[in-house]
Amino acid sequence: MSNLLEVIELTKFFDMGRKHRVHAVENVSLSIAEKEIVGLVGESGSGKSTLGKTVLGLHDKTSGQVKFRGEVLPQKYQAKDFRRFATNMQMIFQDPYSSLNPRMTIGEIVGEGLKLHQNHDPSIVRDKVAVWLEKVGLHADHMSRYPHEFSGGQRQRIGIARAMILEPEFVVCDEPISALDVSVQAQVINLLGELKESMGLTLLFIAHDLSMVRYVSDRMAVMYLGSLVEVGKADEVYFDPKHPYTQVLIGSNPEPDPELERSRPSTAIQGEIPSPVNVPAGCRFANRCPKVMDVCKSITPQLIPLKDIERKVACHLYT
Amino acid sequence: MSSVTAANSASLLEVEDLAVEFDTYGGIVQAVRGVSFSVEEGKTLAIVGESGCGKSVTVQSMMGLIPMPPGRITSGSARLKGHEILGRTIVNGKEIRGSEIGMIFQDPMTSLNPTMTIGDQIAEPLQVHRGYSYKKAFNEAIRLLEMSKIPEAAKRARQYPFEFSGGMLQRAMIAMAIACKPSILIADEPTTALDVTIQAQILDLLQDLQKETGMAVILITHDLGVVARMADEVAVMYAGKIVEHGMVDDVFYRSAHPYTLGLKEAMPTNDPSLQHELKPIEGSPPDLFSPPQGCGYCARCPYAMQICNRQQPDDTFLAKDHFSRCWLHHVSSSNKPDQLYFKEEAK
Repeated sequence: MSNLLEVIELTKFFDMGRKHRVHAVENVSLSIAEKEIVGLVGESGSGKSTLGKTVLGLHDKTSGQVKFRGEVLPQKYQAKDFRRFATNMQMIFQDPYSSLNPRMTIGEIVGEGLKLHQNHDPSIVRDKVAVWLEKVGLHADHMSRYPHEFSGGQRQRIGIARAMILEPEFVVCDEPISALDVSVQAQVINLLGELKESMGLTLLFIAHDLSMVRYVSDRMAVMYLGSLVEVGKADEVYFDPKHPYTQVLIGSNPEPDPELERSRPSTAIQGEIPSPVNVPAGCRFANRCPKVMDVCKSITPQLIPLKDIERKVACHLYT
Repeated sequence: MSSVTAANSASLLEVEDLAVEFDTYGGIVQAVRGVSFSVEEGKTLAIVGESGCGKSVTVQSMMGLIPMPPGRITSGSARLKGHEILGRTIVNGKEIRGSEIGMIFQDPMTSLNPTMTIGDQIAEPLQVHRGYSYKKAFNEAIRLLEMSKIPEAAKRARQYPFEFSGGMLQRAMIAMAIACKPSILIADEPTTALDVTIQAQILDLLQDLQKETGMAVILITHDLGVVARMADEVAVMYAGKIVEHGMVDDVFYRSAHPYTLGLKEAMPTNDPSLQHELKPIEGSPPDLFSPPQGCGYCARCPYAMQICNRQQPDDTFLAKDHFSRCWLHHVSSSNKPDQLYFKEEAK
């Protein structure tokens, strides 16, 4: 399998006034193979969404490269770049309430991409929108309604139809299910799974629900304060986490099994994710890490492959 | 320490047949339609269900937090240590809200007053309910912040909510809720807005405080993982009614209602040997403007029978504390799906 998308040492800083910068994403390298689902997990403020948006060009890159099918994407997108790449790369947003324009009908929202990118005549656009609404489990006659007439799960389906109608190859799903009820989450996940199968999609699936990410993804990447700390096969990372942060994250995830929960020791970690404005020197997790060593506070560990298993970990314990 | 001296037989809180409705432009919404449960001292009851099923309205009506109008409690009673609390604010000379029952909310960012320091906000209930002087109340607030494991409590008490992170605010809100040593703490989705690592910290804190003070906790959540971790008893709500109630092991390992089963199967299991496909619950909850005549779940239920559409099922007890409200448990129902738990003789 060849890599569809390659992220090479991608960095995104946001300037806050003259003195401060937010180190939202720093030096992240990640490759995504064709038809693969990569799950990206981490706490809020770890830079997951910024990474997703920077990859798609919604943010300018501070440094580093993103390659799509071997072609280097522009550092700063112009209108013509969006026009060119948006047909290949799309995004599904987290909040189904604020990501749909309340003054546009569903037909206009879903059809807008087609109208902009492929210049179809209105009747073709309407037919295609109807097909896609049916595909995501809505009705064609919903086309003339407005977003407020739909529930959260239905809105998320509209967001999915809007992203998929251009038949992109690569889609970033930014927490597509976190605003939904459990019963509806499964509907949306299964819908994404079906579309992935039928369209041969490649997905970057951003979420903080670890069990769902394990369920959905082929590989899992764990992010902490702007950098990747662990990358590997989703099941293996989940059941045998190597990086102390991944261990904490997975240990904190309550599982729907009372006996297991009773037998599990409390693994709550003290402290919170530090501000990305003043990033500590050395390993970024050092001040919360239960296994911290002296070297962690001065030298930043690199994401390196482990010897025996297919896994990359950024931790001095493994160097 | 709460000074509860209720007779052993009676529960700390007993809610019976509670029904709440709201007048809206679209008609009357029957948000809660006859809910009964009880809470024991020092125990945790989890109320589970999807949004709009009436979880929050149930507890808000006990606290007197339902705006009336448009809200209306149409029937039912809630007795705290034997005294009726519905529609009242004072029981036994103590105010219910904030003093007998403490409450923490889902969104700590919007539930605190942005113009008051954290310490003043925690001190307020002590001044109001206990008649403490400001100084005494503020010092107590610092002690409560320490109890909630906020570092540098004395300094933090003089800060404003915007200077706190989400997890810290939730700790401050817990400190405020337990300030007057309530006998019941209601936690309405206390960790839904938080990351898993912070969630684990807050859940640990709630458990520690419960052990220390002996208070009962009513935990409202839709996360079955949190339920498994925290609850002694579970009540599963759907469309304004409790459809299954039991000890946590009963509900998880001997699920007897199709909705409980549906919730479980919609979540990924974490057992690698048990990789199952996610089974969503198709459709959406019924419209409570005109609730269905029969079982509220019947339109989404894979085992629905003709009777389900026409008539409300009764509670069927499967164990002393375990009941399910479903027609499948009726003696004359021949349909007994394997996935559900039935009484031995019923099989």
